[in-house]
Amino acid sequence: MQNRLLASIASLAIASIALAQGSLKIVSSLPRTGSANAQTTSMVNGIKMAIDEVGGKVDGMAIEYEDMDDASPQRGNWDPAVEAQNANKALADEKVIGYIGTYNSGAAKISMPVLNKAGLVMISPGNTYPGLTKPGTGEANEPRIYRPSGKINYFRVVPTDDLQGTVAADWTKEMGCKTVYLLDDRELYGKGIADVFEKHAKEIGLKVLGREGIDSKASNYKALANKIKAAKPDLVYYGGTTQTNAGQIAKDLRSVGVEAKFMVPDGCFEKAFIEAAGAANLNGKTFVTFGGLPADQLTGRGAEFRKAYMAKYNTDPEAYALYGYECGRVLLDAIKRAKTKDRAAILAAVAATKDFDGALGTWSFDANGDTTSKIMSGQTVENGDFKFVKVLGK
Amino acid sequence: MHILHHLAAAVPLALAASTDAPEAASWVDPLLQQLVTGLSNGMIIALIAIGYTMVYGIIELINFAHGDLCTLGAFLALTIAGALGVEAWGGLGGASGVVILLLASAVFCAGLNWTIDYVVYRPLRNAPKLTLLVSAIGCSFILVNVALFWGGLPMGVFGGGVAAAAPKDFPGLVSDDNLLPAAWHVTFTASDLLVVSVTLPLMVALTVLVRYTKLGKAMRAVAQNPTAASLMGIDVDRVIGSTFLIGGALGGFASVIYALYNNTISFQMGYRTGMDAFTAAVLGGIGSMPGAVVGGLVIGLVRALSDGYLEARWTNSVVFGILILTLVFRPSGLLGAKLRDKV
Repeated sequence: MQNRLLASIASLAIASIALAQGSLKIVSSLPRTGSANAQTTSMVNGIKMAIDEVGGKVDGMAIEYEDMDDASPQRGNWDPAVEAQNANKALADEKVIGYIGTYNSGAAKISMPVLNKAGLVMISPGNTYPGLTKPGTGEANEPRIYRPSGKINYFRVVPTDDLQGTVAADWTKEMGCKTVYLLDDRELYGKGIADVFEKHAKEIGLKVLGREGIDSKASNYKALANKIKAAKPDLVYYGGTTQTNAGQIAKDLRSVGVEAKFMVPDGCFEKAFIEAAGAANLNGKTFVTFGGLPADQLTGRGAEFRKAYMAKYNTDPEAYALYGYECGRVLLDAIKRAKTKDRAAILAAVAATKDFDGALGTWSFDANGDTTSKIMSGQTVENGDFKFVKVLGK
Repeated sequence: MHILHHLAAAVPLALAASTDAPEAASWVDPLLQQLVTGLSNGMIIALIAIGYTMVYGIIELINFAHGDLCTLGAFLALTIAGALGVEAWGGLGGASGVVILLLASAVFCAGLNWTIDYVVYRPLRNAPKLTLLVSAIGCSFILVNVALFWGGLPMGVFGGGVAAAAPKDFPGLVSDDNLLPAAWHVTFTASDLLVVSVTLPLMVALTVLVRYTKLGKAMRAVAQNPTAASLMGIDVDRVIGSTFLIGGALGGFASVIYALYNNTISFQMGYRTGMDAFTAAVLGGIGSMPGAVVGGLVIGLVRALSDGYLEARWTNSVVFGILILTLVFRPSGLLGAKLRDKV
């Protein structure tokens, strides 16, 4: 008992010394255990670079950083219990003034309401599910359920999924296509993107020849492909993923002889899509939008970041490194403007971020907490691999 | 061949002539195309449906594992195709590759189906039917997970096994080039031909087997009354085993045709295909073999026409709507026998 008392007095003393010296702490909650570790390493490298850039100090206050894992070995993936634990741990430590995370949108759903109640700012380098911030894009009660306090404490530096629909429609027009045939998998992600695509396509004068929700478990789509062939569109857009049979659709379009181009969102931006579809069915005629840029396409501050990153880590930064870096910088910038260790003041400063000189160009946080940046990359498939074509959404 | 050629040429001509309008072909050709697609899909469904209906006819079990058995047949075919490098054989070699895959999967699925019967269903012969049904569902789960594991093996054809659950590309050993003259505006590909040329002979052979052989007679006898059959000296377990063997072999053939026609396989393919086939068997009259074939063709055609002329999202509703209507007016299915009184 006495020991414990002593220990707590000691830790209190240490804490107060730290406070006296003006030390702040940023934590990140990202999946370390399992398949997403590579992305997490990139994001953490980015955050560390942002902190190093300011010499680990803002306004005389030292910045500490802790890299927390939100995955568990049992799941090999993010774990709701661990994510909740991380959020509570961050709240309990009064030095913590910012929470960077999460990588998975599902994990954000867990920690968002917890941090929201306490008013701790949260910035995500990886969540793309629109429903986390945008009313009307997800379930009826989203994003309200993530904001029990009624205020916004959650921000993200990545463009959301639904923006891919807008960017894809613009790209379709740029390629000289005039008519499109739209398909979706009738799921939240795929249908959401296709809806946005359709709306924007009509606004910019693309003709939508047809719109179909497909059965993603069907054995083939030859009958549908016959119908599309008769409609003669310039491009077929599928709002769906590898798992909802994008590969089979590509295959059947080619097997019945549809000549149109084929475009899909980033749910298909994975090797498994090319493997499922068969490279020969995709080569040269397939286009993929993806929220991120290859390192060699970065300009301005992004290019500086790439140079520094390569010098330090000896490898090109992945898209996620850049988002990690952006999270760190925008948080540090807010601390600098707030000039205090107060969580509420820093939250207000983050929310007020405007015309931020970021690595992905100049952007602001909008009223929902989303970045105004829409920068994405357009990829195509060549020789059985993805190949960067151009920067989209500028 | 000659007659067929004339017939095929005459049909669009006759249709075009009857409407007397130049744009007639604009709706005739797409319709014919959808019929070709529907029939090819329907034949694959029919071949699997036979496996359901045979087992039901003989032991009144809806063998839910049958669709997933086909999944494993397709995974075996892909594994063999990868190991032998069949894709590169080309020409006649390619054809012999197809034959190897068909035979290997048929033998494998026949053996596996027989084993499942021997290990799982046979000890339950006198158990309540529900016990048997639940065991079949259990077998289905096991097979699905075996397929999931199989797809995760580190092999080139499975993309190194990185994404076990992802759909797998099946090499296009049979081309999608049109076999008909371009002027006909309707495509009938080599893979359509494959479906017809494997499915039809199998169906004929099966009919001959059931109608005219001793085993067929024994199967019919066991289906009618197992007790009486055994009193007549028929080894009932052996006959049931043979039924599983034959149904499994047909499933094996179907799985390879499915894989060559769709060029994609996945660990979940058996669920949907099995569901379609089971629906076909019920629609045609479960227990009736011609019924399974008719049911399969009807479902294939309805799917294609619904996809083509309604919206794809309604297709499942249309298929099951037709099933319900059929069962309301003909409870034993299209070709089903009158319900037997089992006293």
